[in-house]
Amino acid sequence: MASIELKHISKSFDKQEIIKDLNLTIEDGKFTVLVGPSGCGKTTLLRMIAGLDSQTSGQIFVGGKDVSKVAPGQRGIAMVFQNYAIYPTMSVRENIEFGLRNNKVPKIERNELVESITETVGLKDYLDRKPSTLSGGQRQRVALARAMVKKPAVFLMDEPLSNLDAKLRVQMRIELIELHKKLGTTFVYVTHDQVEAMSMADKIVLMNKGVIQQEAPPEVMYHTPSNIFTAQFIGVPPMNICKLQAGTITLGFRPENAMISKEEVQGSFQAKGQIITREMLGSETIYQIKTNDQSFMIKSIDDSYRVDDLVHFAVEQDKLHFFNEQQERISPDQPSYTEKLQQLRGSYDG
Amino acid sequence: MMDKHRILQAIRPYALILPAMLGIAVFVIYPVLYLAYLSLYKYNLMNPAKSKYVGLENYTAILAREDFYKALVNTALYTFGTVVLTLVISLAIAVWLKQSTKINAFIQAGIFTPHIVSVVSISLVWLWMMEPNLGFLNFVLKSLGLPTSQWLQSSDTALLSVIIVAVWQGIGYYVLILVAALQGISPSIYEAAALDNASKWKVFYKITLPMISPQLFFILVIMTIGSFKVFDTVRMMTNGGPNNATNTLVYYIYQNRTTNIGYASATGMVLMVIIGILTFVYFRMLAKKVHYQ
Repeated sequence: MASIELKHISKSFDKQEIIKDLNLTIEDGKFTVLVGPSGCGKTTLLRMIAGLDSQTSGQIFVGGKDVSKVAPGQRGIAMVFQNYAIYPTMSVRENIEFGLRNNKVPKIERNELVESITETVGLKDYLDRKPSTLSGGQRQRVALARAMVKKPAVFLMDEPLSNLDAKLRVQMRIELIELHKKLGTTFVYVTHDQVEAMSMADKIVLMNKGVIQQEAPPEVMYHTPSNIFTAQFIGVPPMNICKLQAGTITLGFRPENAMISKEEVQGSFQAKGQIITREMLGSETIYQIKTNDQSFMIKSIDDSYRVDDLVHFAVEQDKLHFFNEQQERISPDQPSYTEKLQQLRGSYDG
Repeated sequence: MMDKHRILQAIRPYALILPAMLGIAVFVIYPVLYLAYLSLYKYNLMNPAKSKYVGLENYTAILAREDFYKALVNTALYTFGTVVLTLVISLAIAVWLKQSTKINAFIQAGIFTPHIVSVVSISLVWLWMMEPNLGFLNFVLKSLGLPTSQWLQSSDTALLSVIIVAVWQGIGYYVLILVAALQGISPSIYEAAALDNASKWKVFYKITLPMISPQLFFILVIMTIGSFKVFDTVRMMTNGGPNNATNTLVYYIYQNRTTNIGYASATGMVLMVIIGILTFVYFRMLAKKVHYQ
């Protein structure tokens, strides 16, 4: 077990700076998810922790030890790759024990480890098979077993579920959460899928363009996003953001926080419009409502509205978010929050 | 109507492969059968009507003659030397040229060039370079203070000299195949190996070699077959000499082409059988070790 510290990390590829002076502490034993759009630098960051890419400048500490110049195999780290990176010429057993052999683990101990790990991931009957005869889910388990068997201080995972079909992905998600609980090791997980991040993380680190936008547990990030980017990246559909009164107010609210009705509804923010799309998801329905100059996504448990219906909707004061010119969220205890709220009062969109 | 349609359906595939089959029949099957036929005759080139059926007499003659065994051993040595040297050297160069950079592409093109030049020209150039008194190779050896060699002029070194030329000429082509194979290996496998704390040597023989085993096996088979049939370098550079030191099976057949067609044909049949057996043995022994994706 170990914590990870990144100090003043920068990374450039061909003079293009991907990551600039980044500082991050990943807590010991926590499930941390690095999430962000493609090209935001999250995978680069993970590869630098693993030692597969070297940072242009800055230091990396694993368990308090400076590993900035240590070879990948000696950092006490295991990694699961997006394409699994299983050795295709080796059997399942050889794949799993390759790292142990290289670390000169005695044969008896090696066999015990391989047996117990394959038991855990359910691969016991496949030990002598070649990876090409396994299904996608089984290959994923081989990759996991190969990482686990080394008893690493830190687990790195680079979008490990993205090659699985939707059902298996949900199942593996739960298995990974359980695995983390059982091992109690530090997990660092990279994904571009905010649902994965929300469902698995103890703490989410949201990145954009090489810069950390927010570090917080999922519920904190969802309810109190630090800026517009976070507000719109986390949550499906994303937070509604609209500019009012010639752009002097930037306001946001979550789709499920609006009340919708055929009659006029009261709230700090209210509007009316026409439903242009309707997605029935089962327990809830998502409507896209077009007002005079904007469109809003509204999530409701009432599925009785239809496309082309004219509806009213409103949002309570405590569900409203305001953002300043720097796109940062204004906290309710700041004076400018009350200011914006008063400015909003009496205005009516649509 | 229905029946006609069905007959057409049945005939169509055969009609489609007929042109190719005709070509194979005329240019492969017929010559081989004719070779087998000739090998059973004491053939008279001046007057084919006077040719005499002798049964397996040509074959018993081959197996009783010492010069045949000399040619066979030479061919085997030549094949072994060429295959081993080519495999090892082209593998080493391919590993070196794996990164696709501009300079590597240039070097690769340079190494490949001998392959597009006629073997006859290459043989002539090497013939001059290997000349003991005025040749380039001995000049270099002398200026470096190293002992010189008689190269093609001595029966001790002649076969090795022919091997050197063959290896030099062939390497570029096989480097090309191996570089392509090496570049096809997913880099993440090497990254996984780095995280598994594998040493460079271990990565090479546990990952790289198995990953390119299909290409290595292909080269082994193709080169063995090709080397057993070596002719042009021998014809140009040594004519089988000195003292039969470089006489190979195909050159041996060539020597008998006018004097004894039946005997030459029988030698050709023997060569075919030897290559057949070798290839079969390769597949039986090595096919299991080759990893196909």
